[in-house]
This record gives sequence, structure tokens and C-alpha cells, in this order.
Amino acid sequence: MPAISLKLNGRSVTAEVEARTLLVELLRERLGLTGTHVGCDTSQCGACTVHVDGRSVKSCTMLAVEADGREVTTIEGLAAADGTLSPVQAAFREHHGLQCGFCTPGMVMSATELVRRNPGAGEREIREWLEGNLCRCTGYHNIVKAVQAAAQTGRG
Amino acid sequence: MQNFGFQKPRDLAAAVAAAKKAPEGKYLGGGQSLLPVMKLGLAAPSELIALSGLAELKGVRVEGKELVIGAGTTHAEVAASAEVKKAIPALADLAGHIGDPQVRNRGTLGGSLAHDDPSADYPAAVLALGATVVTDRRRIAADAFFQGMFQTALAPDEVITAVRFPLPEKAAYAKFPHPASKFALVGVFVARGAGGVRVAVTGAGPSVHRSAPLEKALAARFAPEALAGVAVPAGGLQNDPFGSAEYRAHLVAVMARRAVAACG
Amino acid sequence: MAQDGIGAAMKRKEDLRFLTGKGTYVDDINRPGQAWAAFVRSPHAHARIVAVRTEAARKAPGVVAVLTGADLAADKVGILPAGWLIHSKDGSPMVEPGHPALVADKVRHVGDQVAVVVAETRDQAREAAGLVEVEYQELAAAVTVTQAVAPGAPLVHDQAKANTCYDWHLGDKAATDAAFAKAAKVVTLDLVNNRLIPNAMEPRAAIGEFDRATGDLTLWTTSQNPHLIRLLLAAFTLGVPEHKLRVVAPDVGGGFGSKIFHYAEDFTVLWAARKIGRPVKWTNTRSEAFQSDAHGRDHVTHVELALDKDGKFLGLRERTLANMGAYLSQFAPSVPTYLHSTLLAGCYTTPAIYAEVRAVFTNTVPVDAYRGAGRPEASYLLERIVDVAAREMGIDRVEIRRRNFIQPSQFPYQTPVALQYDSGDYGATLDEALKRSDWAGFEKRRAEARGRGKLRGIGISTYVEACGIAPSAVVGALGGRVGLWESAHVRVHPTGTVTLFTGTHSHGQSHETTFAQLIAEKLGIPFDNVEVVHGDTAKSAFAMGTYGSRSLAVGGSAIVQAVDKIVAKGRKIAAHLLEAGEGDVEFRDGKFTVKGTDRSKSFGEVALTAYIPHNYPAGLEPGLEEGAVYDPKNFTFPAGCHVCEVEVDPDTGTVQVVGFTAVDDVGIVINPMIVEGQVHGGVTQGIGQALLEEALYDDTSGQLLSGSFLGYNMPRAADVPSFRVGTKVTACTHNPLGVKGVGEVGAIGSPPAVINAVCDAIGVRHLDMPATPERVWRALRTARKA
Repeated sequence: MPAISLKLNGRSVTAEVEARTLLVELLRERLGLTGTHVGCDTSQCGACTVHVDGRSVKSCTMLAVEADGREVTTIEGLAAADGTLSPVQAAFREHHGLQCGFCTPGMVMSATELVRRNPGAGEREIREWLEGNLCRCTGYHNIVKAVQAAAQTGRG
Repeated sequence: MQNFGFQKPRDLAAAVAAAKKAPEGKYLGGGQSLLPVMKLGLAAPSELIALSGLAELKGVRVEGKELVIGAGTTHAEVAASAEVKKAIPALADLAGHIGDPQVRNRGTLGGSLAHDDPSADYPAAVLALGATVVTDRRRIAADAFFQGMFQTALAPDEVITAVRFPLPEKAAYAKFPHPASKFALVGVFVARGAGGVRVAVTGAGPSVHRSAPLEKALAARFAPEALAGVAVPAGGLQNDPFGSAEYRAHLVAVMARRAVAACG
Repeated sequence: MAQDGIGAAMKRKEDLRFLTGKGTYVDDINRPGQAWAAFVRSPHAHARIVAVRTEAARKAPGVVAVLTGADLAADKVGILPAGWLIHSKDGSPMVEPGHPALVADKVRHVGDQVAVVVAETRDQAREAAGLVEVEYQELAAAVTVTQAVAPGAPLVHDQAKANTCYDWHLGDKAATDAAFAKAAKVVTLDLVNNRLIPNAMEPRAAIGEFDRATGDLTLWTTSQNPHLIRLLLAAFTLGVPEHKLRVVAPDVGGGFGSKIFHYAEDFTVLWAARKIGRPVKWTNTRSEAFQSDAHGRDHVTHVELALDKDGKFLGLRERTLANMGAYLSQFAPSVPTYLHSTLLAGCYTTPAIYAEVRAVFTNTVPVDAYRGAGRPEASYLLERIVDVAAREMGIDRVEIRRRNFIQPSQFPYQTPVALQYDSGDYGATLDEALKRSDWAGFEKRRAEARGRGKLRGIGISTYVEACGIAPSAVVGALGGRVGLWESAHVRVHPTGTVTLFTGTHSHGQSHETTFAQLIAEKLGIPFDNVEVVHGDTAKSAFAMGTYGSRSLAVGGSAIVQAVDKIVAKGRKIAAHLLEAGEGDVEFRDGKFTVKGTDRSKSFGEVALTAYIPHNYPAGLEPGLEEGAVYDPKNFTFPAGCHVCEVEVDPDTGTVQVVGFTAVDDVGIVINPMIVEGQVHGGVTQGIGQALLEEALYDDTSGQLLSGSFLGYNMPRAADVPSFRVGTKVTACTHNPLGVKGVGEVGAIGSPPAVINAVCDAIGVRHLDMPATPERVWRALRTARKA
């Protein structure tokens, strides 16, 4: 089995994985990081979104072996070490951008990339950016409000 | 997903050598087309040969009258590239609307072309712009590259290394996305350049194709009004619950008009 | 009002764990020594099982067991029951074929479970499932309700003649006929309420565990009502003693009705775990979810409205074919009947109503309650035909509604279809919605859009719905096989903090926050001093769970009753400490005070005394913990007005919702932030139904064509606008909080508003849902030709 090394939430991790192991399977089943969720099997829902080298990717559509040598950040790695929520996390709480919480990790990771890349994003850009993330609870209204508020802080 | 062997060669020659040894193997680009197909059990290669380590496949540059994009360039990189935006803004725009941000962060130009999904966006640009697909061993004109649904001129062990897009005078892409999959239900890329007017249609038919009636009308006059009354035949177009052939034919005409209008 | 009590927009207690990846959903749980299950599902809509060959699968790497329908039959277990009995017009009971968790004789829909493979890993289980050879003899399928009732249609169940489950009616036929006979105008409409797939974002999952030493069974499952699942497992499907069975529904990622039911997989993992003596885990894939989660809606309806010359409604008739799918899911029989036709009065004084509903078996996935369950179907047919009537009589759409509204002075109002509405002010929500949506200024916006080549339309719906199904005895008389009360246990700890054990379940509804606010308000203690426990039969007392927007109206009322008992006991203790008469002690803001004095004891002091009863009333039990159950006296009746504005691209038929206003009367509001969030979500599901979503079957093969997110159009962020949401309050008159329920209003009020707007934009009489671009384009083309 191939052995891979990656930086995961700031820590070096080494693991042996089967070639077919998806990044999300490595995270959830091998490393116990169950914050990253699986909501579909056709790469549509975005619940599994994590950052690889700072960019959001669907961890259900990336082989774990392809994460070798990369930096991976999951929802568990977003808050500060003392527990302070990231601006996007804090904005989701402030604006009730989550209900059942299942899509939330992917939604937050995706929104975080947008806020870091495009701090001035307006409603239309936010809605279009979130194309790869499905939410069945919130009707997106408060998610958009949260991302807009976070974007205004200028920090993801 | 069935297990498979995995290799990540350091250079192009090693990649091709690996592919030659694995007749049931496949190259892996960004995986945004291949992995979903494998997860559904519709493909089960014995070996994946990852192209992500090949420096030869990177880079965007203008060479003379051509924009050259390395096959390993992601959609997000193309969409954000200052060179692409300057040389062929329509291409940056197209790349910026493929799939969703997560797909654009992984998916590559070469991967999209090699997979040749009949609803993919890039094939329309390559065909309409009369681009040349460069591989490890030859150059293939767009007209010869696309050979039907999921069928290209590539040999099984052939790697796309770059695509050379001639700079057009005018070009634009208009897409009507499938509401669920976000692939093109109909996408029309219109370009006018040294080779005249070329119109490529994706999504509507079993594969990307040029539209003779639209090209003829636009060759006579490159303006949206020139398309008024031009009938796009529905025969041979996809006909399914997500869009009848008749509706797709209608959309081809509408998207063509919008693309021409966007050319300014 | 306490700052963190009733009416405060408190931030949620739930959020911190969900935002940091620390939620615990079923698939996040792994048990020591667990094996994995994978199901073998039918690829055919209708086929006789000739043989099931399991040898190859049994020999596959890692396989622990392969179980089939024959094993299930041999064990005499696993028949999933229906929870509601409907009687036909002629008094005969509905046809009630059992639903085996694994079928042995014939498969009845694509996705029907035939066998289960248990293996060491998930991949091994799935790979071995592919090795189970099932030999089928294909049969012709009845896919749509229309096909199923046609003469000579294939029979889904031999005992269901003409595929009919029941042929039910409600209302006064003679009076309705008489109303139509004297009508100045009769309007008719044929419409379809499209089949939907709930698609909560978390796929269903379950883990069964059996402890051979103690005989204890535990099921972790994605359920909205763990107690109900335990009851059904114990009394029907597995036949185990309830006290040896624990059902845990931890964090659950959305339900919308689809996680109410006792599914085959819940039973099967537990049954398999008992057989092999190891925990068995199963997680659905999304593709399998499309074929195995209960679907929603799917009505084909003919409706007629009789009016006098002034547009007053005289009578209404409904004739509906309701699709049950291949088997009866638990609450399916009640959805198109008592949750549907009973709402046909809507907000109106229509004096005579008659409904006929025929429930039909088809070779499709079972259909059951989905957000709104029967009531969206009612509001849709009603609000559509009212619009058509206005159009055909040349009466303004708003005016015709006003003319027919039940007036505030008429409550309690007895409808001709069984329900008695307790309160409401339909004019008030209408006025507010018109104002907020700038209804009056619409024509200017329409003209501006026309200049951009867009067809703009506006639509309205005024709806009423019924929540918190009750009382138990009435429901029982109507065929319900469960009680519909709710439990609450309030444990006050010695230091005065509180743990609430509720029988309701939160899977997005924010009970941990709302219920804490409620208790904070009633006991005058800080919000942070209250913890809400739910979702575990080993912790909460038996109760009914969460569905039908009942958690606050029924569960919240139980909490109030329990808290009242705490206060009553606390008063006794305080009176003793204060050496006052019990009647002289009042409880306010967390203090027991002797009336007219400043002598008081805090709630915390009283709690401590209850546990350290050194100076304590004689004869009073120590401790401070009370339980209560609440069985409502009536349904609650949320109502409201939704206004939708759309723009249609005439070239492509694309409909964009450009404005949506919802003004709802959900009774007293505990947390406005949460209430608004519920409306946003419900409205988006309603917009999804109206414009995007449809479970599409091939009507010959019975294959589900929209069987993944690649084919089923889930609403995305760019498909909906930001919403204008408001509330108007008339309190519910019969529960202690005056609350009505908010979970479903969005999905009930919005679909007709959207379709009314689309019809207004393109100038057609009617268009079936979903109004897809092609459907709208075709309608426009037909209209242009005409």
C-alpha cells in the first residue's frame, strides 16, 4: 500500500492507504476526523469540501494518494487553537446559517475560500460560488447573509 | 470502487512508458470526470497514472498568434489567468463557469478533453476556436480530435500536453446549464478568426459538433440578427426527460444568438 | 420577558459543535468489532424472484453472512407495519399488504430489498452484494397512478383489486351537489402534485448491536422519533422486549418527514447483529437513498369550485388518485386523507365540500409524509383553483380571497371537513404581505422587466394548515394507531440548573435552544443553565417524536406542564422556608416571594433545599424533578400569505424567482431567528417543488430517471432570492404557550404562490409543477399560436 505524508490541520501525518482510498475516507475512517461529511456519491453536494493547499476541493472526488505532500485543512482545523471560531464560522453562528449542521462543514470550507479570495463578494457572487454546496434546511438565505458578513471582515 | 495500481511519474516519458505497460490503465488528471465514473462502477481501470507531477503539462503563455495552455492547468487557473483573460476572454469566462468552484480547483483542461463528455464545455471552445491538441507524440487539429460520444483521436497511452488556441478576432460562449448536473444542456461557442466563422455546439447532441447552418448565416453577417429565422435541425440531438431534441435545437439557436451578441 | 427567554433571538446552543466538526451523526459512530452491511436491491420495477444464489457472495473475501427474504420468512420477523388504518366509502378496511424488510416472492419497485450481505468492511460488503445472483422473471409494471387504475393493469399486490388500497371520501356529497346546482359559475381544473424526494442532506444510516451476555439490543439510527422505532421493532418487526432495546438517534442531518418511518434497514441491521453476535453498520449511498427513502406527494387531482355571481365560494369538489408506491409506508394512508382533504376549506367560508381520494399501489418507491404531508397538496389545489376562478370571473385575485375569508369574529370556526379552527386573522397576514411585497407597485416592475425582454409575474397564496395532530382519542377514531401526545421531564439539579428530557427530536429545528429559552423564561433562570436531552430511548421517556410541526405545540406544552409542577412543588418548599402560607407565595423572575414583602427565596435555594431537606415541609418528597405528558385538545392552525414574483426568459422558458414574501401566523414566537430560518427552508423546498424538483419514472420500465443529484434538481443558492419574512400573531387558544408550529408553513404556502406567479407572467390558465424551462417554453409557444 502506498504511504503518504501530508500536513493535516497544521500537523504532519503519515498513513498507508490503498490506491482507491478517497481523501474523505482517509479523513473520516482512518484519521477519525468525522467533521467532513458525505452527502452524495456523484460529487454534487459539497458536504465533503476541504481545503487542499488553500483551495476547496470535494474530498470524495480526490484520491488520498493525491494528497501526498500537500496541506489539507478540514473543518476541525479552522478555529484557532484556543477555540476561537474563524470569521466564517462565527458569522454562520451569528446569522443562523446552519440548522441540521450536516452540510455546514463543507459550506463553511467553501465559503472560507471565497472570503479569502474575494473579500468584496456581493450576494450574486456568493450565491454563484456556493453552486457546489447543497443545503436542504436553510434555503441559503442566512448562509448568504453569513458569508456576506464574513466577507466584510476581510478575513476567512 | 475497485482497487487499482497507482503511479505518479515524474516526467512525461515515464508516464507514457507506464501507460504502455498497463493496457487496462488510465491517466488521471484532476479526476473530476474519471473518479465520479469509477465511483459509480462505470469504469474500473487496473492502474491510474497520475499526471499531477508532470511539469511539462503546466503553464499558460502566448506564442505568436496562439494561446498555449498546458493540459494540466486547472479550470480555476484558466479562469483567473491574466494571459487568458487578455488573449481569449471567452475562454476564461467558459472555464470560470465549468461545474462549481471545487470542480474548477481540481479539473484540468487536458482531463476534460480526454474524457470528452458530450456535455462538457471545453470541447466547444477547442472546436470553435480551431485549436490544436498537442500530445506527447503529435499535434491533432480540433476537427480531427473529437470523434463522437466519449471518443477522441487519442491512442490509449497518448497524453495531452497542451492546447494551442489561435487568437480569434471575436469569440464568446453561451451556456444553458442542466439545472441539476450543471453540465451544458446546450452550450454554443462562436468564434471568428483567420479560419472564418466557426460555431461549436456541446450538450445538445451525442458529441460536440459544428453547426453548418449557424456558421453559414454568421459567415454572411456576423451579427445576432443574422441568425433570425435560421432553423437548427432537431434530428440527431439528444432527446430525454431533461430536454427534448426540439427544445435543445431551439436553445442552440438562442445560445448562438446570445454568444454572437456577447462578441460585441 | 427575560432577555434570553420567550421572544429573544438567542444564538443556538447547537452551533458550536456543528461549526467545528464535532457533531455526532450515525455514520460518525463506529462500534468495536463492527461489520458492515450492504443491500442487494431490485433492478426491476416488478419481477418474480425465481432464485437467489448466494454461494459466490458467501465465499467472497470478508463476508460474514448473507441473509435473504427466505431467512426472514423462516424467522417470522421483519414485516413493516402501517401506522394508520383508513376505511373506504363502503366501510371496508384498506388493503394492507405487509412490507417485508427483505422480499422473497416478488420485487415491487426498483430498489426493493432482496438480500443483505454482512462483511468485515464496507467495500467488501458492497463488492459481495454484487455477487449475489438473483434470477428474476420480469413482470409488466404499473408505474403511474393512471396506469395502475386502468383496466387490466398489472397488480402490485394480488389482494389489492385494481391496485386500490382504499377509496375514501370526506364531506357532505348531497350538500355539495346542491351547492353546485345553484352556482352561477363552476370552475374546474386538473392538476398534478409532483412526486418529490425529500433528500435530507445526511443519508440514512444505522448500526445494530447485540450484547449476548445481557440480551440488550441497541440501534443507532437516523430517526426523527427513536421511541416510535423502538415500539415498532419491539411489537412488530423484531418481536423483542422493549426494555431490552435501546434506540438512539444522535445528531440527525435533516429529516423533513423522510426519517419518521421504520425502514427495512433499521430492522435488518439489528436482526443481522443478533444473528452474528457483532455490531452491524450500514450507511446509505445517495443513489440508494433515491430508491429507498420514502418519496412525497404524487397526487393526480380533479378539482371543481362552485361560485355565486359575486365570486363567493359555494362548494368544492376534489377527486384525487394518490400514489402509495409499492407498499404502505407507516403514515402513508393518512397523508392524502386526514392530513389533506380536511384542509380543503382553506381560509375560506366554503359551506359545502366533498372529497374523494383513491389510494393506489404502483411499482414505485413507497410514498409517505414529506414536509407538509397532504397539506401542500391541499393548499396547492385550492390556491390554484381560486386563481383560475378569479381569472375566469374577472375578479381581482386578492379581492376574491378577501370576499371569502373566514373573519376573525367567526373563530372558533367549524369547517365542513371536520376541523375546527381555533384562531386566525387571514386579512392581517394578507395586508402585511401585500405591503411588504409592494403588490401595489407591481405593474411598474412588470413594465420595467418588459423593457429588458423579461416576462414578470406576481402570484399570491393564502393558506391555512393543521399541525400537532391531536387529540389522541380523535386520531384513534380516525384510524391512527398511535397516541399523539408528547412527554417532558424536567430535572432540576441541586444547584438549580436544569436538564430537560424531551421525547421530541431535533434534526435542524433547534430544540436545544428553543426549549432552553422556554425553561429559562418559565423558571427565571439563565438560558445557559438549561441543557436539553433528546434522541435516546434510554434517557427520555416514551413519546412520539418530531413531525407535523408538533414539537413546540405539543412537546413545548408538555414542558410547560412539567415546569408548572416544578414551580408548584417549589412553592411548597419556599413557603415552608419563608414560614408563609403557600397561597401567599408567588413565583416570578426566578424568585419565590411572599406577596407584598421583600422576603424571598431564589429558585436555586429552593432547589438545594429539595435535595438537602433538613428544613423541609412534612410529608413532601425530597427532590425536584417532574414529568408531564401533554395530549392536545385540538390541532393548531398556522396560516399566512405568500407572495412570489418571477421573471421568465421568453427565449428559454427559464423562471427566476426575483422576490418572495412570506407573512405567517405561527402563533406566539419563542425565537424569531429560528422561526425565520424555518420559513426560509420551507419556502425553498416549495420553490423546489414548483420549479425544479420531480421524481421522474420511466413509465414503461419503472426505472427512476432522476435517480441522483445529476438528474434531480435540488434548489441551489442561486435558484432562490433573499426572502422577506414576517409574522403576524394570533395565539393558539388551546395550548399553554399559544404556539402553532412553523416547520411546514413554508413548504405549504409557497408552491401555489410560485405557480400563480408563473401563470401570471406568461398568461396561461394553468401549468403543472415543476415549471421547468421546457414546460414554460412550450406553454408560451402554445399561447402564442393560440
